[in-house]
Amino acid sequence: MLSFTKLKVIFIYLILISTIFFASLNLKNNNLLDKKVNLGLDLQGGSYILLEIDTRPLINQKLQTKVIPIKKLLNENKINFKNFIISPNEISLTIDKKKQNKFKNLFFKQIKNNVNNFIPEYNKFELDLEFNQNKAFIKFSNFGIVSLNNVALKQSIEIIRRRIDDVGTKEPTILQRGDKRILVELPGIDNPERVKELLGKTAQLTFRLVSKDDGFGSEKLILLQNGEELTVNKRVVVSGDNLVDAQPQFDNQSNQPIVLFTLDRLGARKFGKITTENVGRRLAIVLDNSVISAPQIREPITGGTGTISGGFSFQESTDLALLLRSGALPAPINIIEERTVGPDLGKDSIDAGVFSLIVGFILVIIFMFFKYRIFGLVSNISLIANLFMMVGILTILEATLTLPGIAGIILTVGMAVDSNVLIYERIKEELKTEKSIIHAFDTGYNKAKITVIDANVTTLIAAAILFIFGSGPVKGFAVTLGIGIITTLFSAYFIARHLTSVIVLNYKEGKYFKL
Amino acid sequence: MNNKINFSKFFNVANIFSLSAVIVSILFLFFKGLNYGVDFKGGTLLEIRIDNKNIQIQDIRASLNMPELGDVNVKQFGEEGDFLIKFEKNANENKKFINNLKNTISKKISSAVNFRRVETVGPKVSSELLKQGITAIALALSAMLFYIWIRFEWQFSLGAIVALIHDVIITLGIFSILSFEVNLSIVAAVLTIVGYSMNDTVVIFDRIRENLLKYSKIKTNEITDISVNETLSRTIITSLTTLLALFSIFILGGEILKGFSFAMILGVIIGTYSSIYVASPVLNYFKVTQKTLLKEDDL
Repeated sequence: MLSFTKLKVIFIYLILISTIFFASLNLKNNNLLDKKVNLGLDLQGGSYILLEIDTRPLINQKLQTKVIPIKKLLNENKINFKNFIISPNEISLTIDKKKQNKFKNLFFKQIKNNVNNFIPEYNKFELDLEFNQNKAFIKFSNFGIVSLNNVALKQSIEIIRRRIDDVGTKEPTILQRGDKRILVELPGIDNPERVKELLGKTAQLTFRLVSKDDGFGSEKLILLQNGEELTVNKRVVVSGDNLVDAQPQFDNQSNQPIVLFTLDRLGARKFGKITTENVGRRLAIVLDNSVISAPQIREPITGGTGTISGGFSFQESTDLALLLRSGALPAPINIIEERTVGPDLGKDSIDAGVFSLIVGFILVIIFMFFKYRIFGLVSNISLIANLFMMVGILTILEATLTLPGIAGIILTVGMAVDSNVLIYERIKEELKTEKSIIHAFDTGYNKAKITVIDANVTTLIAAAILFIFGSGPVKGFAVTLGIGIITTLFSAYFIARHLTSVIVLNYKEGKYFKL
Repeated sequence: MNNKINFSKFFNVANIFSLSAVIVSILFLFFKGLNYGVDFKGGTLLEIRIDNKNIQIQDIRASLNMPELGDVNVKQFGEEGDFLIKFEKNANENKKFINNLKNTISKKISSAVNFRRVETVGPKVSSELLKQGITAIALALSAMLFYIWIRFEWQFSLGAIVALIHDVIITLGIFSILSFEVNLSIVAAVLTIVGYSMNDTVVIFDRIRENLLKYSKIKTNEITDISVNETLSRTIITSLTTLLALFSIFILGGEILKGFSFAMILGVIIGTYSSIYVASPVLNYFKVTQKTLLKEDDL
């Protein structure tokens, strides 16, 4: 165990030197390679936000769009129906029993089906059809809901990315989590409240006429500026989908912040038509079920551009323009988890973490030196090498260092000496019965090997499970703990063993050292 | 073996002690329960720093006298002027809530308030996190059980797992008795304790196995005694160096790591004890001998 070939020695120190090189990349002013350990949000400050989309309204909305195609299908094929009712997640209707089979066949036709889309990935239809007596029930199949969720989630991620990019935060992370959630990480952000507000808004913009009578086709909405209750037509003239641009500006006359919007060709045409036909009436600009403003149409607007003024502050007009530009979310989104750390706390955490690391390290080094003298020194050198290698590997992986991650490094320092302790204690025992010192060291290393591996594998299992189940900071702990175990094994069995062999082989008399 | 300590003499006493500690812990866990943090209970946590150091904790409490927050808990956190506030309300139900609260507090105590940390966890996420934490610990225990079963015999595996469950229950029991807050980092600590305690147990078990093969005539309890003694100095030294590192985090690592390092310190002490006094007696109980090892090898 104590013999090392030259090649092996070169290899061991090559690995050590290269990890030290990578570790050194974290020093300031390095322009060799763009690699370094990333700091977690808890250390550099920032926000971790978990969003969940609420697809229930979307299901209802999509079901609504099926109404006309279904009725059309029934009429074209002369299938009589009555009691057509739309509830939040199903459509029910009464169809004569004799015609039910015909309807079923049409409903589940694979090609040229305008009603029920076939989803090739799942080999299933998006809608389900069930009969009970002469009643028929139509609702989204599980696969239909999944694909609806997927599409909505993908769109939402895209829109959220646009909104965040517009705010101008550095290096945001936006990831899909499961089939309903979006994880947003915003490092170093200084105003998380503003971003949260931007993320949570659906930003569904519609232009609708204010009507005089509150009949079936209209609803009551609140005008945000003064709380006035307006009766607004449910029919949408133009929606945010037709918007191509929106910019914050100042009004020439009043010098108030406003938002200037530009519509696409279709939107411009519709807008022009409605404003021409309804001069004198009020047009409500509705954002997520509240009216931002409801100006009177003074003259036809045919150019496809217009302004929204709602007594905004400049910040509000900037945000509104941003929301309109990025488009509406397909479904409402809720923040279900948020963790924000201010930059000063992050810095305090780093300082305290690094300080306790240094103190812990020095304490362990002093202890080992007094306990094992020259071999304590060997163990300490391998401990320092271990630390460099850990940082080096974290750098190569560009891993994220969190506060618990620093704790993991400190813990590794405490536990890393275990391998050397196991080995030295074993050698001590061997020295009691074994005359040849070299032989004692040899068997000591050999016999301790199994124990060292067993002992480290158990910790590695714990680290792996933490990595799988942990999130954020805890994951950082699992990473450093896991890497620490590997570097510990390397430094105990290669570096410390090699140094020990050099000492033992050169001072065969055994007078110069004592365990 | 000149410094031989007769560990097995105390096995019975220790077993009674362990058993009663586990029972007391379970009773506490059952009747008092754990003091869950926002991670597992849901709600909002704020860490604030106040410029005016004369502000007392009761001033902060008074400023938070708002029924809509639900149960409010305020405590000093580290330095003077730093406080930790927890309340039941989920701050993200209303997106302007945090800003409003900041203004309210700073107006009521008439001093600038810096929100250093905001954590809000919704009810759905918190119950998921709790479930995940329990699953992770259960999974870690079974993985350890499996590993020891492969590497050793089932009696060893059983001994190890009894020791691990003992460690986890007593650590959580102490948390319950002290009303110490349990959050995600405590789960990480418990998992690390599981790894550490296992590590300790494996070292002793390895030696027991080796000695069982070496001496065929000696009784099991003497073998465990010899093995515990042989590995004793290693057990002590490793626990000491680990505790040195942990105390360094506990004292100097800042407030956030306090709970984590406290749990780890408890765990290292309990884990070291359990390797000697819980895991090893199980082997005696099952009368593990050389035959057990050889028979299993034939299979």
